[in-house]
Amino acid sequence: MDNAIEVRQISKSYGKVVALENVDLNVRRGSVMGLLGPNGAGKTTLVRILTTLLRPSSGSATVLGYDVVRHARHLRSYIGLAGQSAAVDDLLTGRENIHMAGRLYHMPKREVQKRAQDLLEQFDLVEAADRSVKGYSGGMRRRLDLAASLVANPPMIFLDEPTTGLDPRSRLELWDVIRNLVSEGTTVLLTTQYLEEADQLADEITVIDLGKVIAQGTADELKHQAGSEFIEVTVRDAEETRRAAGVLSNFAENNECDINEEDNIASIMVEDGAPLMVQIVRSLDAEDIAVANMAVRQPTLDDVFLALTGRTAEEAATESEQDQD
Amino acid sequence: MNHLPAQIQDRSALGELASAIAVESRWMIADTAVMTWRNLIRYRRSPELFIFSTASPVMFIFLFNYVFGGAIPTGDLNYIDFLMPGILVQTTLFSATQTGVGLAEDLQKGMVDRYRSLPMARSAVLGGRVAAETLVSLFVACLMLAVGYIIGMRFHGGFWPGFAVPFMVAGFAFGFSWVAAFIGASVRNAEGAGSLMFFVVFPFTFLSSAFVPVETMPGWLQPFTSVNPVTYAVDLGRALSQGGVIVANAWPTLLWTLLFTFVVGPVAVWRYRRV
Amino acid sequence: MNLHTANEWRPQTVPPSTPVREAIGSVIYEFRWLAADTAMMAWRNLMHYRRNPETLMSTIAGPVMFLFLFNYVFGGAIGAGRDFNYIDYLVPGVLIQNNLFTVMNTGIGIASDLQKGFVDRYRSLPMARSAVLGGRVCATSLISFVSVYWTLAIAMLFGMRFHGDLLPVLLMPLVVGVFCFGVAWLSALVGVTVRNAETASASTFFITIPLTFLSSTFVPVETMPGWLQAFAEVNPITHVVNLCRNMAQGGPLESYAWITAFWIALLIIGVGTLATWSYRRIS
Repeated sequence: MDNAIEVRQISKSYGKVVALENVDLNVRRGSVMGLLGPNGAGKTTLVRILTTLLRPSSGSATVLGYDVVRHARHLRSYIGLAGQSAAVDDLLTGRENIHMAGRLYHMPKREVQKRAQDLLEQFDLVEAADRSVKGYSGGMRRRLDLAASLVANPPMIFLDEPTTGLDPRSRLELWDVIRNLVSEGTTVLLTTQYLEEADQLADEITVIDLGKVIAQGTADELKHQAGSEFIEVTVRDAEETRRAAGVLSNFAENNECDINEEDNIASIMVEDGAPLMVQIVRSLDAEDIAVANMAVRQPTLDDVFLALTGRTAEEAATESEQDQD
Repeated sequence: MNHLPAQIQDRSALGELASAIAVESRWMIADTAVMTWRNLIRYRRSPELFIFSTASPVMFIFLFNYVFGGAIPTGDLNYIDFLMPGILVQTTLFSATQTGVGLAEDLQKGMVDRYRSLPMARSAVLGGRVAAETLVSLFVACLMLAVGYIIGMRFHGGFWPGFAVPFMVAGFAFGFSWVAAFIGASVRNAEGAGSLMFFVVFPFTFLSSAFVPVETMPGWLQPFTSVNPVTYAVDLGRALSQGGVIVANAWPTLLWTLLFTFVVGPVAVWRYRRV
Repeated sequence: MNLHTANEWRPQTVPPSTPVREAIGSVIYEFRWLAADTAMMAWRNLMHYRRNPETLMSTIAGPVMFLFLFNYVFGGAIGAGRDFNYIDYLVPGVLIQNNLFTVMNTGIGIASDLQKGFVDRYRSLPMARSAVLGGRVCATSLISFVSVYWTLAIAMLFGMRFHGDLLPVLLMPLVVGVFCFGVAWLSALVGVTVRNAETASASTFFITIPLTFLSSTFVPVETMPGWLQAFAEVNPITHVVNLCRNMAQGGPLESYAWITAFWIALLIIGVGTLATWSYRRIS
């Protein structure tokens, strides 16, 4: 059995509102699956089903071979959940929080104490271990939350938007922690709204929008769906942007050139950017267009999202928020 | 809008002070009105606050009249007649504490920083709160008198004295608002101000003639209850509504109100400005 | 126990299961871990009191204030010309009232856990599900039980004396404790139902205040108007307070005891089950 998670045609609806619709998903053991989508896409609903918090309306799912509905009780011993709300108790100390989680996983006292110390060290929380969580920073709380969910060393861990609301530095720290986890063989399912985060951490990405899976694959595969590479040329004014676009479109894969009038940028999609650069500079020079900046850019997952849905991730998030109102 | 600042003239320190006073007095009334409006809006926007300040006094009337009233002897007066002035003063004092709680909350949240950066009269922040709570007190007093009337309270002291009761009670609460403002400006933390206020108002209202005749209390408590300003205010309210000695109770009540307004008031403004 | 590194972990054989077997298994599991998990959750809640002692303020100051107010301020008026010493009359009422306020915190805590998303963590753990509610209920009940002795100490300082037989006097705190344990389940039900700390706190207030005041807690029911007597007579608080009063001061117990026992059973078994069931249904 190579799949840690197998989801078959899961749907979940609340009255008339459909949160998930016929979702299929396989996650290989020991891999990181990134569940990517805007706010309200259904990511959290799926995680809640897989962690036995929610029963699906139809369909079935197994995690580590356990059915999430029928074997919920057995399954809970083998999974960890770290959520967006950082479910740590403000009035307990860091160590006490981990200890409590361990005891509720029914680990023997002594083992919990040892494990708590290990985790505090691993997550760089030793100094703050015996202070109450009230004084922790946002990043420390998330790390502690993650530590508490790892106390029983579960082979499968769910991270629901682990870095939402964190400052860039704490985010990078948390990414390192997650990478370490994976190197120990833990299977991770991670939800995120940050395209960069999925790109950085996940072996495979599932893009989910309005409760449906709209794409699945590695980050590279998804990027290929959006096109291969972009060449962006920045010039001095709008007039020159238009002229540059005329030149550039001859080099483009699809003979089209996107113009960003605000920043005077003309960009094209190409198979392989680097070899074309010299030719492009020469052609622009021949037309007497001065180049302020020129770059080859890999497509971001934002481009992917745009290519897949025709909307940017931000627009999608705004839309589903409006739906909820 | 192309609005250029007016030419700033060189002025002596005295000139600055004079112009500051001129600005203060010129805008005080208008700014106070704006702040009063803002504080009254709170009651409309947050129904819990409104219910807390109207439903709980009504509950108190029922509680004391029906549950305890039968067991408390009050001589010639009906218990409801005895009770109403007391409960009016108690309720309006509790509602006046909102001045301090709200002020502390504003200070805590940094709202006051915003006001202080505006070219408005400084005293208007406090003045607006006090004015708003006094209007609320007046409203609550009238509402409670209506409820009291429905369940059997009657005026036996003539029309005009009876008419004066809600105003007298609101006036006393106005004076106390300045004490509350002082506490709020000193504590600067809504919860802290709230609980401190409770520990001030609770003993003063209960160790008074508000609910039971002072004579029934133990001898060692009576010296305190008889000098308690709340006792004077309640006895004045009782005299106005039921007939009795008005002047002897009016003087101390007025004196305390003036003391609160003109001594504690300026101190509160001073504390607030020093923030 | 499942401590191992993720690499070594191999899927366990899933026990062959039928819905009936699973249900039986769940019940056995629940009972096996109930005590340990409840203890853990109770420990958590007791730690809250230790870290935030000011939450105990009302439990500690409440009885002092109420005993003072009613005994000294109102006592002279209420107790005048009666055949009992007012403080002796008052104490059981204040005991019950103050403890009700204390255990009513159960629901507020549960609601705030639900609000903060805490409960998601607990529900994803392999712990006994009833322990989340049970832990809170036990913690507040324990605090309230200890506060009985504190209130009695203050009361004796204010001049209260026991006149009942030794056994009922000794058992009286236990009756208060068990009753409050039952009420804690009611509060838990409120918390699970409203799922919002502020609403829970407000509903608690509107349950506790009328029940305690419209009873024999502070004044004899006979002094109330007739229509109010009708309510006060059936109010469970009246029966519990009268039972405790007669246990402390002597007097007939049996009729009050039966009714109190009925309410306690209803609260613990009926309301407790309902609260647990509602908690399990949360998704």
